[in-house]
Amino acid sequence: MKFTRRETLAVSGAALVATVLPLKLLASTSDLISGITGGAEASGDGINLTAPEIAENGNTVPISVDAPGAVAITVLAAGNPTPGVAKFNFGSGSGAQSCSTRIRLAGTQDVIAVAEMADGSFSAAHQTVKVTIGGCGG
Amino acid sequence: MLSRRDFLQMSMAASSLYGASGFGNWAKLAAQQKLSQNQLLEFGTFGNISLIHVTDIHGQLKPIYFREPEVNLGVGNAFGKVPHITGSDFRKLYGIADGSPAHYALTYDDFISMANGYGRVGGLDRVATVINSIRADRPDALLLDGGDTWHGSYTCYHTQGQDMVNVMNALKPDAMTFHWEFTLGSDRISEIIENLPFAALGQNIFDAEWDEPAELFPPYKMFERGGSKIAVIGQAFPYMPIANPGWMFPEYSFGIRDSNMQNMVDEVRSLGAEVVVVLSHNGFDVDKKMAGRVSGIDVILSGHTHDALPEPVLIDKTIIIASGSNGKFVSRVDLDVQNGRMMGYKHKLIPIFSDVISPDTTVAKLIDEQRAPYTNELSEVIGKSESLLYRRGNFNGTWDDLICEALIEERDADISMSPGVRWGPSIIPGQDITREDIWNVTSMTYGKAYRTEFTGEFIHIILEDVADNLFNSDPYYQQGGDMVRIGGMGYKIDINKPQGSRITEMTLLKTGEIIDPSKTYIVSGWASVNEDTEGPQIWDVVENYIRRQETISVEPNSNVEVVGI
Repeated sequence: MKFTRRETLAVSGAALVATVLPLKLLASTSDLISGITGGAEASGDGINLTAPEIAENGNTVPISVDAPGAVAITVLAAGNPTPGVAKFNFGSGSGAQSCSTRIRLAGTQDVIAVAEMADGSFSAAHQTVKVTIGGCGG
Repeated sequence: MLSRRDFLQMSMAASSLYGASGFGNWAKLAAQQKLSQNQLLEFGTFGNISLIHVTDIHGQLKPIYFREPEVNLGVGNAFGKVPHITGSDFRKLYGIADGSPAHYALTYDDFISMANGYGRVGGLDRVATVINSIRADRPDALLLDGGDTWHGSYTCYHTQGQDMVNVMNALKPDAMTFHWEFTLGSDRISEIIENLPFAALGQNIFDAEWDEPAELFPPYKMFERGGSKIAVIGQAFPYMPIANPGWMFPEYSFGIRDSNMQNMVDEVRSLGAEVVVVLSHNGFDVDKKMAGRVSGIDVILSGHTHDALPEPVLIDKTIIIASGSNGKFVSRVDLDVQNGRMMGYKHKLIPIFSDVISPDTTVAKLIDEQRAPYTNELSEVIGKSESLLYRRGNFNGTWDDLICEALIEERDADISMSPGVRWGPSIIPGQDITREDIWNVTSMTYGKAYRTEFTGEFIHIILEDVADNLFNSDPYYQQGGDMVRIGGMGYKIDINKPQGSRITEMTLLKTGEIIDPSKTYIVSGWASVNEDTEGPQIWDVVENYIRRQETISVEPNSNVEVVGI
């Protein structure tokens, strides 16, 4: 059987796939956390970051952060060209100090959440989210 | 904790029958006479609950040959631990005598003569006999299917899974979870599940739009058995839209979601569950990690990575059971549950020797009915093999070497790629290759064989990406497939390096040249997860190639050099 070039088509995602290269981290996770806390120590207590280990789609990755008692939660994507994603402020009338959103990730990287508590202390959590080409599923 | 003694009884009996005369001389007649159905099913009912686990059947209704992997490397905490132990090391660990039935069932070496001696394995009519026998001991035993059931054969493809649904329904499972089933597409999945006479479970199957639990798949089901309340929680394959084409089931999102798993365990405990069973398609290393992070799980019935282990692995207070693939094994797990907790367990991994276990006549007839409309297509002989054809192994197998060669030849490519899936039976030397055999290793709903141009740099990126999905030291970041198989190119891999620096010395075999990152190469492959992939179906490519060759001979592949083990 002979196949002409015209019968075939390039893997359609080739161009898209090229955008999911593992990037060199533009800023380190600890530097980014310090940037938010103004150099103050951030504990790991009282904050819960939920993110997928491997993104199903790097263009829209669901994440959520829960930090009871926080006045603000900042979300950062360490490997994106612009790491800042969002800052959520909670007023005194907020029923719960939690937020969820979808973010775009340029490649495998740490997602960071920093909570500022009412007493001025900080808590931070981070998790690596892998962005992969996919395929080859068991 | 009787599992070791129970298993050793079986292997010791075999070794005393065969003596220590070494490998390779087992006449089929002797094997059949010495090994009895009663011996395989012998158990001694224990406690008050029985679980029966089958998983990763991949559409295999009839007995087949299935060679276990020779190369199955573990990294990080999994290094040197089961299931990453093979061959004689595996036999030594479990006290399995060379040449014994357990040797043939659980390890790879001397496969050809052992296959000639012990014959085929599996067949859902034999599985039915085993299930019936366990139910005779314990009428209310729970039958749990770990998924990858409605996929993997000619008849399964042509009936969109209906053949497997019909036969499995006759076995009367109590619950099931999922992976490849979703590649039937979400409409077909809904159609089957809405009429399924048992629970379709997945605590990690979510609605993609709202990131809320999907209505069609409850997280768990409560059962009352032997006077105890049992919760069975489903855990579908976490990385379906990544490892398989997400565009076929865009409504769904998955993930490991172990915090939700903890919530579900807490919820079922609060509802009075005395024993918590997770029916999982995570893969073995992911299940081990999950058992250490989620508290309150008593039993994980593990699927996806196709491992078959003769004993449970204990992580804290959780036992993990691995029951193999392709219909080759059934696990029986008896539990003693008293005063609201699991006090003890007894386990046996039952190998389905198809010449020893007699088929259940009702299920045998049902299987034949599913196959009857396709008999001529299935049985057509396409060629003959002089070599052992098998798939399992981290880097290559002779079946995939053959598929890769077919892609290069039939599609006029420099380099070929075949997905690192773990399903697909083996062919022993001298065996005819039928159309059914080809479909058994290629059948899928996205099987088109593309032909395209990739730069050397991009080929390197693909290999690094797939290697990290296999050798990331954190199992939560692994997808559970094996390494993509490569034809026409050799490479060196250091499995312990980070992503981006594992793969070196990529060499184009036809010229011996090092792959140039900036140069373009013609690459042919199949099983692309991209929606608009075009090309002939892979089974047609392979059939045409085998037909032209007539007789297939595949030399051992030494094109991948592995370091760091």
